[in-house]
Amino acid sequence: MATGVTDRDVDPVTEAIRVSIPERGPRQDLRAVGIVWRRELIRFRSDRLRAVTALIQPVLFLFVLGTGLSSLAGKGMPPGVSFKTFIYPGVLAMSVLFTAIFSAASIVWDREFGFLREMLVAPVSRSAIVIGKCLGGATVATFQGIIILALAGAAHVPYDPILFLTVIGELLLLSFTLTAFGVMMAARIKQMQAFMALTQMLVMPLFFLSGALYPLNGLPAWLAVLTRFDPLTYIVSPMRHAVFDHLSLSPQASSFLTPGVTWDGWEVPVGLSLGIVAVMGAVLLGIAIAQFQRTE
Amino acid sequence: MTDPVVEVTDLVKRYGDLEAVRGVSFAVARGETFGFLGPNGAGKSTTIKILCTLADPTSGSARVAGYDVRKQRDTVRRNIGLVFQDTTLDAYLTGEQNLRFHADLYGVSRQQVGPRLKQVLEMVNLWDRRGSVVSTYSGGMKRRLEIARGLLHAPRVLFLDEPTVGLDPQTRSSIWEYINDLKRREDITIFLTTHYMDEAEHCDRIAIIDHGKIVAIDTPEKLKASIGEDRVRISTSDDQAAIKELKDQFGLEGAVHDGLVTFTVASGEQFVPRLFAGLTQPIRSVSVARPTLDDVFMSYTGRTIRDSEATASDRNRATVMAMRGGR
Repeated sequence: MATGVTDRDVDPVTEAIRVSIPERGPRQDLRAVGIVWRRELIRFRSDRLRAVTALIQPVLFLFVLGTGLSSLAGKGMPPGVSFKTFIYPGVLAMSVLFTAIFSAASIVWDREFGFLREMLVAPVSRSAIVIGKCLGGATVATFQGIIILALAGAAHVPYDPILFLTVIGELLLLSFTLTAFGVMMAARIKQMQAFMALTQMLVMPLFFLSGALYPLNGLPAWLAVLTRFDPLTYIVSPMRHAVFDHLSLSPQASSFLTPGVTWDGWEVPVGLSLGIVAVMGAVLLGIAIAQFQRTE
Repeated sequence: MTDPVVEVTDLVKRYGDLEAVRGVSFAVARGETFGFLGPNGAGKSTTIKILCTLADPTSGSARVAGYDVRKQRDTVRRNIGLVFQDTTLDAYLTGEQNLRFHADLYGVSRQQVGPRLKQVLEMVNLWDRRGSVVSTYSGGMKRRLEIARGLLHAPRVLFLDEPTVGLDPQTRSSIWEYINDLKRREDITIFLTTHYMDEAEHCDRIAIIDHGKIVAIDTPEKLKASIGEDRVRISTSDDQAAIKELKDQFGLEGAVHDGLVTFTVASGEQFVPRLFAGLTQPIRSVSVARPTLDDVFMSYTGRTIRDSEATASDRNRATVMAMRGGR
């Protein structure tokens, strides 16, 4: 694949170091994806404050809201099931929600501090940069989710390897889609404040409409319709399925707590549900790439 | 010029109604240090953006390292190094991490990254600080790191857009030491823009650009020689009367620049005694200077570069006032 490698002498005075730059190709683009991805990890590792603050909200929801409401909401629960267990999958989704979108926000910073330009003038395809960014954001966000996953015991969820792998896979999918959404927004919005305001405005409704805090059955029609339009619904439901499949519950209790997403009475299978999220991720990624493809 | 490294023909760039670059043509030879000199808003940055493939020209053509900036964008990018006016470093990464990021993005072969990294970092005297996070660097160190990064992939042309803007005079001169050192060590062509006259003196050739057009292009020495006349500045109590007298008595065109009556005349030192004899206005001070690039700029554009900067900022202020008033 190394076609037309150009070699040139670099330093005629001191020791000559030959630097060769290959023609652009898939391997080159892959290396670019790799380094953009790695940069996200390096930055995340050096920014512990961000990691800690991103955990506060899900922990508050799980322990404070979960415990506080269990005396009320717990009454509606089947015996032996804690309200905390019920909202646990939603809290997992929430833990990646903020981190994924904040990762995308770094593009707005990168533009402000000029680093975006360093990436955009490089002889690599811009899709490599956007994909690297989305994968980086997804990895970092999933890592946050894993921290919450480590608290499973506190929500009376068993530490089961199959369950964990399933949930991690689902978190990864969700994180990627959310980062792609954030990157698409960041391509348009040049100011950090505007980006923050807009994402804040979107994130809370997304979370509240996803059925993270309540079952999807028996809702008033208007709310039922809105939840079906929320992409987060299609990931919270499979995650709840995964969690409750690993609890020993009576079939009635199980179907009461995890009714699944229904379209006019038809239950959307888990595969299709995850497929919807994946397709959305791909479409958002495509739009993001197209937006970064333009030159002046 | 045989085999120019940068070749620009009738370049035009329009942003809506604004014509930022209005038909520019020039060529830069291999190994040359070529400077674009002009006030802010003259079209320097727009031209450099086009040459770096960051903007498409409205019309005309530009070739860099033998490749067309519009049709062979990636090949051009592999062959150029860039140092922008504003820093483009990741302040959260270390100096070395910034450079490694660049090496991966440009596809510098893995075996070469290590030695080349050391070489460029040593060249700008940052090898010892390579492990420090960039946010701890001073302004001059950041600029040096950017120069090292721009050289990492051994480009044929290094573009420096206002390389020393915003730095203190001492740091500015040290940056120039590094640039001059670099010219000795590497087979490289340097294209830079500046609005500092003293910086333009470092160039082999300069193009004076004003209102999107090149008004003069030559070596600094030849440009200065083309003026021929010395510049005389006098301080008087009534500048307007003094200007009128200069015109009536000697047929000289004077004008007020930077608070002094300024005019040019052949062999200025011999002229001073005649000036004192001929002018009825009392003269408080007088200075005579050999032509500088400032004078070159003035003779081609009718004003000093500081005047043009001032009018540019006045214009901005007027716009802001108009916008406020319009509310």
